[in-house]
Amino acid sequence: MKNLTRLPIFILLLVIMLAGSASWLLAAGNLLIKNATILPVTGPPITGGDVLVTNGIIKQIGRNLTAPPGTRIIEAQGKYLIPGIIDTHTHLALSGTNEGTEAITPEVNMAEVINPDDPAIFTALSGGVTMVHTMHGSANVIGGVNVVLKMKWGQPSEKLVVREAYPTLKFALGENVKQSNRTLLPGRPQRYPATRMGANAIIRRELLRARDYLAEWDRYEKLRNSKNPPENLLPPKKDLRLETLADLLRGKLYARCHAYVATEMVEFLNLAKEFGFKIGAFEHAWEAYKITDELLAAGVGISVFIDSWAYKMEAAEGIAYNASYCTQRGVLVSINSDSSERVRRLFNEAGKAVKYGLTPDEALKMVTINAARQLGVDRLVGSIEVGKQADLALFNEHPMSAYTRCDLTIIEGEVYFDRQQVIKEREEAARKGGN
Amino acid sequence: MFSRIICFKKYLPLSFLLILLLTTWLLSPAEARTDTENSGPGSALQAIVNVRIVPVVGQEIPSGTILVENGKIKALGANLEIPAGARIIEARGLTAYPGMIDGYSSLGLVEISGVSATVDNRETGRINPQVKAIEALKYDSMHIPIARANGIVAAVVAPSGGLIAGQSTLVKLDGWTNREMVIKESLALVVELPGIRGGRRGFMGMGTQQAAVSTDRALAELKELFHRARMYEIRREQAAKNLLLPRPDFDETSHCLLPVVRGELPVIFSVQADKDILQTIRFVQEEKIKAIFYGVHQGYKVAGEIKKAGIPCLIGSLYDQPPVWEDGYDSLFMNPVLLNQAGVKIAFSSSSSSAAKDLPYHAAKAAAFGLDRLEALKAVTIYPAEIFGVDKLMGSLEAGKQANIVLADGDLLELGTRIEKVFIEGREVDLSNRYTELLEKFRKREKEK
Repeated sequence: MKNLTRLPIFILLLVIMLAGSASWLLAAGNLLIKNATILPVTGPPITGGDVLVTNGIIKQIGRNLTAPPGTRIIEAQGKYLIPGIIDTHTHLALSGTNEGTEAITPEVNMAEVINPDDPAIFTALSGGVTMVHTMHGSANVIGGVNVVLKMKWGQPSEKLVVREAYPTLKFALGENVKQSNRTLLPGRPQRYPATRMGANAIIRRELLRARDYLAEWDRYEKLRNSKNPPENLLPPKKDLRLETLADLLRGKLYARCHAYVATEMVEFLNLAKEFGFKIGAFEHAWEAYKITDELLAAGVGISVFIDSWAYKMEAAEGIAYNASYCTQRGVLVSINSDSSERVRRLFNEAGKAVKYGLTPDEALKMVTINAARQLGVDRLVGSIEVGKQADLALFNEHPMSAYTRCDLTIIEGEVYFDRQQVIKEREEAARKGGN
Repeated sequence: MFSRIICFKKYLPLSFLLILLLTTWLLSPAEARTDTENSGPGSALQAIVNVRIVPVVGQEIPSGTILVENGKIKALGANLEIPAGARIIEARGLTAYPGMIDGYSSLGLVEISGVSATVDNRETGRINPQVKAIEALKYDSMHIPIARANGIVAAVVAPSGGLIAGQSTLVKLDGWTNREMVIKESLALVVELPGIRGGRRGFMGMGTQQAAVSTDRALAELKELFHRARMYEIRREQAAKNLLLPRPDFDETSHCLLPVVRGELPVIFSVQADKDILQTIRFVQEEKIKAIFYGVHQGYKVAGEIKKAGIPCLIGSLYDQPPVWEDGYDSLFMNPVLLNQAGVKIAFSSSSSSAAKDLPYHAAKAAAFGLDRLEALKAVTIYPAEIFGVDKLMGSLEAGKQANIVLADGDLLELGTRIEKVFIEGREVDLSNRYTELLEKFRKREKEK
């Protein structure tokens, strides 16, 4: 009976809580963007178009749409609305990038070192970027597990993580892992591997180990599940390093491989074949234009710079036609920033591809839907379509023009960057007597 | 067999026609032919016809002709008569712009930045007025033809590092040796003052500390060096006049600073923070030297003072973060806009070799944030020409100036624009480069199949 007397209070509390959360739900992620030139990326442009966003999801695309009362309306006359830009290779919002002390460190996970206070998140937003693949560095051959984040500036780490994205593991080849541009301190031995031969050999060594590890576990599971499991059956020793590599062999992880020269890419494709693992994309891939046939045969895409090159020997044949030519040959190409500065002008980088042979539509795809496909999130984002998450960016000129500027960045229907608001706040601060 | 004969018969008249056309073309006088080869000598009379002309200085001509002779622009206008014997360059659908000038680069000094064997822009030590960019310039750098293919015809090449980095040079992007490229062998001494400390990683109150003390010290050190150079000159002059006085020991630094303290050789000051800019203005006025500022990240905060001092500014690369978070995410983009509005003469720079080709995009970026588009264009053409004292030679399309002409299929500063032809002093230059050569090489693989 005592319990029953408490029931009304409990119900009252529940109602208050529900009402509170319901109103919060109603207020969150609801927008109507009006009169924009919409570039949906996966369809033809719509001039004078409206996009209605409900609960963070694109509900309707059309003309003269109406919204429920209270919905925030954004007038976008003369502006270009595009899907939020996706950067497939960054190191932002991390409190550490490289566990480069050893050649093989797949046990480390970038999801455990997210720094949601990194101002680079805001920098990214100011360039219309809504999602990034933030990665382990290229200091060693097998780095760590990467993570995909939304640029929800001001939110805690766990709200940033995109759990639907492919889980990926960083591999690196060439000059960085060879440490060929590093001066050796006296008395310190050179780390293995110091050649491209060694880099390949060490990957094979680790994958053979992982294969044995998998077989040991299979044997154990088979015995354990048999009708008469032997007495005193002991499980194999758990090895977190091999566990991650076993996941790669199980097909649960995609390899993202930092590679520059044609030979190392061809050899990594061979390793993938030999061990039956999946490659998400080659990172940088400056000589991809030399091996488009091999990339097409393997169905492997590339995540590249448009023209940042000649900063080291292996980038000396990195031609600005790489992204365009590979796209024309049918390779899935995304343009990445790999930089907390370049991230805010990734749209400019994509725009340069027009000079080298792509249409503005094709160029824009490289930082939207292509990037989403490479990260395994193209069902959710990467284009403006009904049912997708409302990750959007508004530009004052065509986003592939040199004269364009990002004015508004929206994630799941919430405005995370508003240039007008930034200017207003700056002016207010100045009036209050800042500098 | 039968079908082959039919085919041959069918095409027989056609092939005759072809041969006829070919022979008439080959035998026709040169003036009637549209020559697309890169062989046009700079001295021959050339006429670029049916071209939209953006002279940068003066009115745009929607469709007109540019006459080029002896490497110079002979005349340009809407209704020019084309003299007999001129090589005709048909340019319908294209726009003629003056070639761009990169206000600050490392072209020819840095080939592959990570490979020190190919890096020649940074001398060891801090005080190096004796080193000259022109003397190390790799005229056949792979970056030069790429910059040229983007419409850049001239560039300042500057050494870097230390307090006095060395002597910069102004070169045209054409020549078979470094010396053939010279426009001004020694353009200006490069002085690098300390940047804004901690700015890159600064956030929420961190990184606002400016390097005022260091700049103080750097300027005091410069003052002393300049004084020493002046004294050195006096002592040498006195010794030359009076046989009883011994000649002072040779002092390389003072010797190389003489043109500066005499006010003959300008100084490019790399200076970023507002307070440092103000100090440097005072220094320049006290020392009575010619100055150009470079970088000027916080120039907009003291634009009035820069304007009053009459010091032009070379805007550093816009591929950078704001120096301090509090300046706002767009401060580097707004800086040239506000400097220009305050009447300061600005020129954009690539600050690079491998990204020198991006010069037009820096200008366009500022335009995206409010710089007038024509002003943006001027800041990569006529303004740098004026700043470097070569505006009588280049920087605009005007009769009498060097024929540094770019034919583009769109807006010169736009990302997607393709540059169809580039003339440097009237000579049509080769636009093939590392990018196009490697693409062609590996395209062959596709064609083989």
